[in-house]
Amino acid sequence: MPGLEDLYREIILDHYRSPRNRGELECPPAHRIEGFNPLCGDEIVVSLLVEDGALADIKIAGTGCSISQSSASLMSAAVKGKSVPEVRELIQTFKGMMSIHEATLPAGDGGKSVGDTLVEPMAIDINAIGELAALQGVVKFPVRIKCATLSWNTLAQGLDELGET
Amino acid sequence: MALSESTTAFDVAAVRKDFPLLARTVHGKPIVYLDSAASSQRPRSVLDAMRHYDETTHANVHRGVYTIAEEATRLFESARVAVGRFVGAPDPAHEIVFAKNTTECLNLVAHTWGRTHLHPGDVIVLTEMEHHANIVPWQMLAAERALEIRWIPVDDDGQLVFDDLEALVDGARLVGLTAMSNVLGTINPVAQVAEAAHRAGAVVVVDAAQAVPHLPTDVTAFGADFVAFGAHKMLGPTGIGILWGRREILESLPPFLGGGEMILDVRKDGFTPNEIPWRFEAGTPPITEAIGLEAAVAYLEGLTMPAVRQHEIDLTTYAMGLLRDRFGTDITIFGPPDPADRGGVISFALGDVHPHDISQILDEYGVCVRAGHHCAKPLMRRLGVNATARASFGPYNDEADVDVLAEALQHAREFFS
Ligand SMILES: Cc1ncc(COP(=O)(O)O)c(C=O)c1O
Repeated sequence: MPGLEDLYREIILDHYRSPRNRGELECPPAHRIEGFNPLCGDEIVVSLLVEDGALADIKIAGTGCSISQSSASLMSAAVKGKSVPEVRELIQTFKGMMSIHEATLPAGDGGKSVGDTLVEPMAIDINAIGELAALQGVVKFPVRIKCATLSWNTLAQGLDELGET
Repeated sequence: MALSESTTAFDVAAVRKDFPLLARTVHGKPIVYLDSAASSQRPRSVLDAMRHYDETTHANVHRGVYTIAEEATRLFESARVAVGRFVGAPDPAHEIVFAKNTTECLNLVAHTWGRTHLHPGDVIVLTEMEHHANIVPWQMLAAERALEIRWIPVDDDGQLVFDDLEALVDGARLVGLTAMSNVLGTINPVAQVAEAAHRAGAVVVVDAAQAVPHLPTDVTAFGADFVAFGAHKMLGPTGIGILWGRREILESLPPFLGGGEMILDVRKDGFTPNEIPWRFEAGTPPITEAIGLEAAVAYLEGLTMPAVRQHEIDLTTYAMGLLRDRFGTDITIFGPPDPADRGGVISFALGDVHPHDISQILDEYGVCVRAGHHCAKPLMRRLGVNATARASFGPYNDEADVDVLAEALQHAREFFS
């Protein structure tokens, strides 16, 4: 059974309590993009400033649960200053970590609990993602995956809108 | 609502034993199921009735002449009458339509009544506390027909504001409202709204998905024209929704979906629709589910609805008191302050702990509460929140469940402090 400590790792709680890169950037020159989680009503606002093919600045606003907020904060710290291709790659890696490739329905017999064996994260290079690895435990709580990926999808959409590849 | 002195309380411990699911554990803890507003658990009598039907009687309805087909048809139609009587339908055999769920019932009204009666510029009135099921079908129609939607506002206590009711319904063709909010628990004065709506010449559609399981409900006392609800929130199975419609109105409406069962005759050049209620029931209906629904109605009648209501007032009073004592100003309970004005639904915010996180921690203690917008985003915006945590009660919940809830919330509070 996955325990709460798998989900709420210390780094996650830290980023939740003291989020990095909080706020919004002036638009223009920055680009502003909103993301919604229809499941829980969470909203995220990502402001991007792309200069010379790199993510010169990023800010996060909006409200959400500890997982969506900390993931956004961790993301902002991880992508700030990186080149757009590097950011794209990190988005891919992160989403790979959050993907479920074996989803079986849990048995409801009272003996087994949801989440025991139903998910297996994709193999990724943990060393390459630094603090983001703290979010790995989220895959064991399938309903929370959308919380963790919200900011990343929003960022990807922002880059798409800017035509940045 | 004032309850008569003769309301006999039921034995909650005995009721609990009737619900097999309550015997399970979650993460090694006895389950504390506090999400009946989303879907209630089913007593053994419902499960047994469905199984017995499946094992002994099942056949398609309204078609065969053989014994079990005739028995199945009789049982199916008997469920229609039972549920109709349960909500005071004057002519249950004709006025009760089965559909998939509450949502489909409301869509049915939008498609059949709406499409034949609403024209560009017409006005629909809804309340700010509606479930999306009683908003989106009307918005879809409004977009297609260029209709105007007006909203009855909600005040800070979670009550509808009727100051401008006459003006709001003036010129309206349809008024849709929930009899009881699935978020705030607010019990709305449906009869009062229906009267004003009728004076203005509007038809009244009531979303009774929450009211029917928790309050004595009488469609004629509502004075409404359509009343929709679903079996799975009233101790019955999923897969069957119930629409009551005033007979004269139903008679005048075209079919909903097309197919078998809803026709009297089909020729190459057209079809003749069936009588009501079958006109609105295209295809094989939810038969096993109807059997389960009748058993659920019987179970609720056994408890008696006034007693169910009293039980929920008592439990809500206890819960609101305990949560306020325990968490003081740290907890915000949305909706009417007086438990007598609300059903057994408590939406709350605890400090700045996000509802999603609350629900996650509570799960560790076996406590099932819902976190989210509860399919009522306009209401969430009115409350100024993205989401709430919501605990809701059924007749099987007791004070011990509330104690575990409070204990688990304490842990959630500490975890995120
Ligand atoms: C007030 C209200 N209306 C409508 C619905 C929709 O019910 P269903 O999803 O069964 O169609 C619900 C339940 O979620 C509800 O609480």
